[in-house]
Amino acid sequence: MKTHTVADIREGLHKKLFSATELTREALSYAGSENPKTNAYLLLSPERALAAAANVDRRIAAGHDPGPLAGVPVAVKDVILTKGIRTTCASRILENYVPPYDATAIERIEAAGGIILGKTNCDEFAMGSSNENSAFGPVRNPVALDRVPGGSSGGSAAAVAQNTAVVALGSDTGGSVRQPASFCGVVGVTPTYGRVSRYGLVAFASSLDHIAPLARNVRDAATVLEVMAGHDPLDSTSADAPVPNYAAHLDGNVRGMKLGLPVEYMKHATGETADLIRKAIETLRGLGCEVRDISLPATDYAVAAYYVICTAEASSNLARFDGVRYGFRSAASGTLSDMYRNTRGEGFGPEVKRRIMLGTYVLSHGYYDAYYLKAQKVRALITRDFTNAFQSVDAIVAPVSPFPAFRLGEKVNDPMEMYLSDIYTITGSLAGIPCMSVPCGATRDGLPVGLQILCNHFEEQKMFRLAEAFERSTQ
Amino acid sequence: MKLTDQDVRYVANLANLHLSEEEIARMVHDLGSILEHMDRLSGIDTEGVAPMAQVLYEAEETATLRPDVERAPLGNTLALENAPVSGVGYFKVPKVIER
Repeated sequence: MKTHTVADIREGLHKKLFSATELTREALSYAGSENPKTNAYLLLSPERALAAAANVDRRIAAGHDPGPLAGVPVAVKDVILTKGIRTTCASRILENYVPPYDATAIERIEAAGGIILGKTNCDEFAMGSSNENSAFGPVRNPVALDRVPGGSSGGSAAAVAQNTAVVALGSDTGGSVRQPASFCGVVGVTPTYGRVSRYGLVAFASSLDHIAPLARNVRDAATVLEVMAGHDPLDSTSADAPVPNYAAHLDGNVRGMKLGLPVEYMKHATGETADLIRKAIETLRGLGCEVRDISLPATDYAVAAYYVICTAEASSNLARFDGVRYGFRSAASGTLSDMYRNTRGEGFGPEVKRRIMLGTYVLSHGYYDAYYLKAQKVRALITRDFTNAFQSVDAIVAPVSPFPAFRLGEKVNDPMEMYLSDIYTITGSLAGIPCMSVPCGATRDGLPVGLQILCNHFEEQKMFRLAEAFERSTQ
Repeated sequence: MKLTDQDVRYVANLANLHLSEEEIARMVHDLGSILEHMDRLSGIDTEGVAPMAQVLYEAEETATLRPDVERAPLGNTLALENAPVSGVGYFKVPKVIER
């Protein structure tokens, strides 16, 4: 299977080098044969994919514009609803759930000619940083098969890196697209909160959740985001703001752009990751950017605030899984109350249970003020740090993760250590600003490392311009 | 503050979550170390800071309102399709009220 970009496919269709149907058949067959190496896909959806491809071919034959994603194979994280195609959230509790409707993002991808190839593995309910919390087995990093692909959108990142999809949709709550993108050497973009409708994204932490694209280059990621972005009456938190042409103006010119490097992030950064980030900063200086140190003083409190808020929201969002309306119901159920408890006890995995417990605890009587209310105030301080910083810089550059992809099983027994590794990604999530990971090289062992770029609310265009200029200079 | 197994049982009960004895022991340890980290929140001064529940951006005050027009609902058949047990157009659950 050739390594296509969105632009290659557009050109190939235009020149009639292949039809969307031919390309989709090839992509399905390649994904089917390669998937056992990584377990990136939980299922392929050939019927839907071929129907969408036939539709693209008909549009081309009739002389219509087939759309910006015409014929592009898209892998979709299994927390995003696809009508008629099983959506499990990588959880036993939804093992046989078949959604009666599509997420708005899915509708928009298909309306733009995109081909939904299948559903990708992830941490159960998007809770995790290694993809080891899937009820259907871990995903292996295609770059190094004994290592994790990152999480929670590990399957989506692996599919793009493995070339079994051209682009993918993930979800990002605290770094779940940026961190696996960094571990697998692909581009991952978390847009401004509210930029993309969450309708049809299974809720984990509603004030932090995003649907977010992954791709092999910045331009493709920008194109996918542009297709998905924009107001949706079905999500009242989606922003009613015009969607710019993100892929336009990627001209490589970033001369004079002011970049901030947070001292709080770099003081902990060690080893090869820190070296690669420093090298990336030199590259950006070489492109004419001005880099200065900035301070984000509330950073040390971010992990604590994030895990209070996201678990609190998760504990209430996941209350809906009770064995009544959908999903698994425990056979061991005498009373209604037993049925709820046993269904949830048997249906959820260890990390999901841990987060429901934490969230319930921090919201419980006597602890609400000390944890939840306090965390919301710290969230305001973290946001204020960014607002202040963006008064003097155009963008912030930082690591994505303190280390590259680790070995399967290496960190699985210490949840707190796993949470602490999210430090560089959760700050941007708490503030709701756009942020992304762009590959910035590899360690001596060949493990990819991502550079994170963060911009102010709704400044995706600026972020993409910087990321693409960097990508261009490193190829 | 040290988390006890009584605390864990109390919270599991609030969360409608059955945990085995083994899981309870593991929770006491795991939640304990996570809460210990969360306790650092008390070390930052938040005097006069308004809590942030949601990401806010410039918008009309009515931005979240939509025109009041009818939309077809999901419908009974589709709504029940994923139910583990249903019958005569309803979700079925174990008996709640004894006769």
